Amino acid sequence: MTASTLTAPATLPDIDPDLAPQNTSATRLASAPEAVTLEKVNKWYGAFHVLRDVDLTVRRGERIVICGPSGSGKSTLIRCINRLEEHQAGRIVVDGIELTNDLKRIDEIRREVGMVFQHFNLFPHLTVLENCTLAPIWVKKMPKAEAEAVAMRYLTRVKIPNQAAKYPGQLSGGQQQRVAIARSLCMSPKIMLFDEPTSALDPEMVKEVLDTMVGLADEGMTMLCVTHEMGFARQVADRVIFMDEGQIVESNTPEAFFRAPQHERTKLFLSQILH
Amino acid sequence: MTAGPQTLPLSFVRRDAVPPAPAPALVSGPLAWLRANLFSSPGNAALTLIALAIVVLVAPPLLRFLVVDAVWSGQNRDACRPEVVGHPVGACWAFVADKINYFVYGSYPIEERWRPNVFFALMALGVGWLLWLDAPRRDLGAAYFFVAFPVASFVLLSGVPALGLAKVPTSLWGGMLVTLVVSLVGIVASLPLGILLALGRRSRLPIVRLFCVIFIEFWRGVPLITVLFMANVMLPLFLPGDVSVDRLVRPLVGIALFSAAYMAEVVRGGLQAIPRGQAEGAMSLGLSPWHRMRLVILPQALRIVIPGIVNSFISLFKDTSLVSIVGIFDFIRTIESARVDPAWAAPTVVMTGYAFAALFYFVFCFGMSRYALFVERRLASGQKR
Repeated sequence: MTASTLTAPATLPDIDPDLAPQNTSATRLASAPEAVTLEKVNKWYGAFHVLRDVDLTVRRGERIVICGPSGSGKSTLIRCINRLEEHQAGRIVVDGIELTNDLKRIDEIRREVGMVFQHFNLFPHLTVLENCTLAPIWVKKMPKAEAEAVAMRYLTRVKIPNQAAKYPGQLSGGQQQRVAIARSLCMSPKIMLFDEPTSALDPEMVKEVLDTMVGLADEGMTMLCVTHEMGFARQVADRVIFMDEGQIVESNTPEAFFRAPQHERTKLFLSQILH
Repeated sequence: MTAGPQTLPLSFVRRDAVPPAPAPALVSGPLAWLRANLFSSPGNAALTLIALAIVVLVAPPLLRFLVVDAVWSGQNRDACRPEVVGHPVGACWAFVADKINYFVYGSYPIEERWRPNVFFALMALGVGWLLWLDAPRRDLGAAYFFVAFPVASFVLLSGVPALGLAKVPTSLWGGMLVTLVVSLVGIVASLPLGILLALGRRSRLPIVRLFCVIFIEFWRGVPLITVLFMANVMLPLFLPGDVSVDRLVRPLVGIALFSAAYMAEVVRGGLQAIPRGQAEGAMSLGLSPWHRMRLVILPQALRIVIPGIVNSFISLFKDTSLVSIVGIFDFIRTIESARVDPAWAAPTVVMTGYAFAALFYFVFCFGMSRYALFVERRLASGQKR
């Protein structure tokens, strides 16, 4: 109970202009190649229209935070990018490869795109190290020793190399999520998708995961994060996107997004999550 | 420090940890165990007493029959007849000792019985290799057990004249040899087949799914005895006249398919227990559908259903005794035919035969059950969720 109050700095949108990266990022990104392109993407669950004409271009090295009320389609949107969900109309191009029903292309894209889930989705029957080496060994055909070296490097980076021999069930939520990040990184992805990575965590563990993500951002990883951690958005995002009812309602630099939201829905949403 | 809860001031900071105190006598120790496990409530106490009474009533006569009054050696029925030996006779183990070769090998030619012996040794090696979880090169063990061992067993038991091994027709096989062969083939064939059927039943391809559903429901809807009769009597009708299937192979195939259908449903239960996130996690890493299934989903699903799988194995092992009704001399059938031997006509011979059969089946089934328990515990200790 007391611990939750200690983590407040990580989640509060403290206004610190030095941390806002947008001034430099605009020029940095303008010339960067496109990493993900969505054109008029539409998706239905049965008769329910989840994504409506979504257009979005993500440049290499760009960090995007997607927020919005629950059911607005933000998770569905990023899950379409690595084909965990199928879109029914429109074009999705990831790293120059268009997503179609071609299974080969889907596998190719999934190798380039890492994903971190709300509930970690670690494999409970494998140790932390085996979780990290599974895909490099079986997908990339990397020799075991090399895969383990790579895994240990990334586990060191997320600051849990000493847990490598444990099973996921023996770790805390924050540690598990950091393992999940390391597991994705072991495939050396060009793009990372985060689907509410901190929503299932106890409050005192949110910071360690966010710190890891900030570290990734600092290294220039292309990131799409569905999150409500507005402090994180302010600190690392090049762009914040607000979605509602399957559409992108507003997209802006975090500075402008938080200071002067344009759309009524955005204002309402922000007033509800920023107390 | 002495302040009770009533006098606790509003602002209070504890500076010393309360040292751990020993538990009172009624919380730990043998007395506490008795109280917690046997006499925790009046109902429980009554059950304990009833159970105790049953043990007192049943155990002494059973011991007297099986051990104290039992006859351990003898040449023929005279050893086990009370009017001849002059005291009450319990189990006639001399009968079992006299017939043991028949119980183990059936009518397998005496001069060739080294072949079943080698088969038993090979089987023990393979089973031991696979069941010992820390054994070296278990991959090699699996290859041995699933490929080399069946081929070697076939060559050894049925004989290849070119290799100097005389042919031994399956009609001469019998006893524990047949029981073990039938259950081993059933167990080894039903698990992979059951896994395939379970996957097929969850497939997205309608034709595959339909085929698997029909297959499973057909075999589950027919009693095993019917399957055996059909395999024995009807199968030859469907085959061309010059093709004849061995009379041991017929029920073997029937049993394997029958238990595969049950196994499929057990495995399906395990597959359904795996959260969707596991497949998604594997997909996001770029693992192919085959790798997702083999490396992520199946290992977890099978672990969950170990009790169900072992349950199927145990019932399959005991159900093999049904092959005796289509004329296969399995272990039970050899006892049935030995017990009517006039040379051993004595009052307790029949009971002894059945007691021996019960012991045989119990040892194997109990062994399987305990081993499965051990595996479950060991897997659970590694990865508590």
